[in-house]
Amino acid sequence: MLATLLIVFREMLEAGLVVGIVLAATEGLAGRMLAIGGGVAAGLCGAGLVAAFADVIAGAAEGVGQEIFTAAVLLAAVGMLTFHSAWMTRHGRKLAAELSAVGKAAVLGDKSLLALGVVVGIAVMREGSEVVLFLYGIAVSVHENPLAMLMGGLAGFVLAGLVSYALYRGLLTIPMRHFFTITNWLIALLAAGMAGQAAAVLASADLIPSWGERLWNTSFILPDDSWLGRALHALVGYSAAPSGVQIAAYVATLALIVSLTKLAQYETPRAGRSAIRGGRKIEARS
Amino acid sequence: MRMRMVPVVLAVALFAGMAQADEPPRLTIKDHKFQPERLEVPAGIKFRLTVRNDDPTAEEFESFELNRETVVPPGKEIPVFLGPLESGRQYPFFGDFHRDTAKGVLVAK
Repeated sequence: MLATLLIVFREMLEAGLVVGIVLAATEGLAGRMLAIGGGVAAGLCGAGLVAAFADVIAGAAEGVGQEIFTAAVLLAAVGMLTFHSAWMTRHGRKLAAELSAVGKAAVLGDKSLLALGVVVGIAVMREGSEVVLFLYGIAVSVHENPLAMLMGGLAGFVLAGLVSYALYRGLLTIPMRHFFTITNWLIALLAAGMAGQAAAVLASADLIPSWGERLWNTSFILPDDSWLGRALHALVGYSAAPSGVQIAAYVATLALIVSLTKLAQYETPRAGRSAIRGGRKIEARS
Repeated sequence: MRMRMVPVVLAVALFAGMAQADEPPRLTIKDHKFQPERLEVPAGIKFRLTVRNDDPTAEEFESFELNRETVVPPGKEIPVFLGPLESGRQYPFFGDFHRDTAKGVLVAK
């Protein structure tokens, strides 16, 4: 049971950290729990489907279907995160003003929420499908008590959920004037990490050039297999020995998101300022 | 005399090359173990390693040294594109779903 718990926790930790960041990044948006909860539920269903069709996916495209599939879902997540970053820059200041004015504002961000719901779903699906394959393997080959296994798996899942919550609560302690800057950076780094991973996966299947395998190796300081290494892998895309194309995709995505948010800032300074003024007015009245 | 040896040497080299091309490196998973557990692979070039899973359950071929992580469904084989690897170096790998038994190492020569 403990072994199952540890493995489920290890795999779901990465998804849990993504959920934690998304929870913080959507603070103050109405209907976010529906989007995130729906994302987790859809991700779990997706995990079951991916596991059930693992042989079909792996067998597609002359054996590299798995890599293409992984890269495709990762790049979809990168797109969603990029969209959210741009959206947040347009509406973030208004949100910040209203948050500080009335505590929790019911700001509608349907499209942005949907995008982040998809990101959560993809994270859960990717990590979850491995868990399903692993648990299924134990269930059919080892004579372990299936109930104990189920309990262990459930406990691991709940533990990963607690990590999400802890990360979320931790991020909420950031002062309001820095909050959106920090959550925006976290989203940008998350996207960059995923883009780097997608590039690494495509290069590993020899679909794109690697531009140098293992350009450096920091595994003697922080191995990929360590808990901190795994956590940083999920959060900011840490990789002990990255390939050239992985670094290029990482830097390009980060640059794209930063320039997009700068662009959005230039486009909407007036709306932002008036919103903040409006927020202050409410504050002064109450 | 020496010059006469050249075609022979060339033929042998060609044959050796063909033999190598005919028999690409291959790993088989059986009873949650890799066979062979120590496999010599070419150094300095790109090559294709085939991993076959003869178990009734899925396995994940994983290696931190090779930066690879890929699921091998039961009864299927998948290609793993590797290299160029450093000559003389050892590259450990394992099956992520059975870490205690499924272990092995690639030796680049």
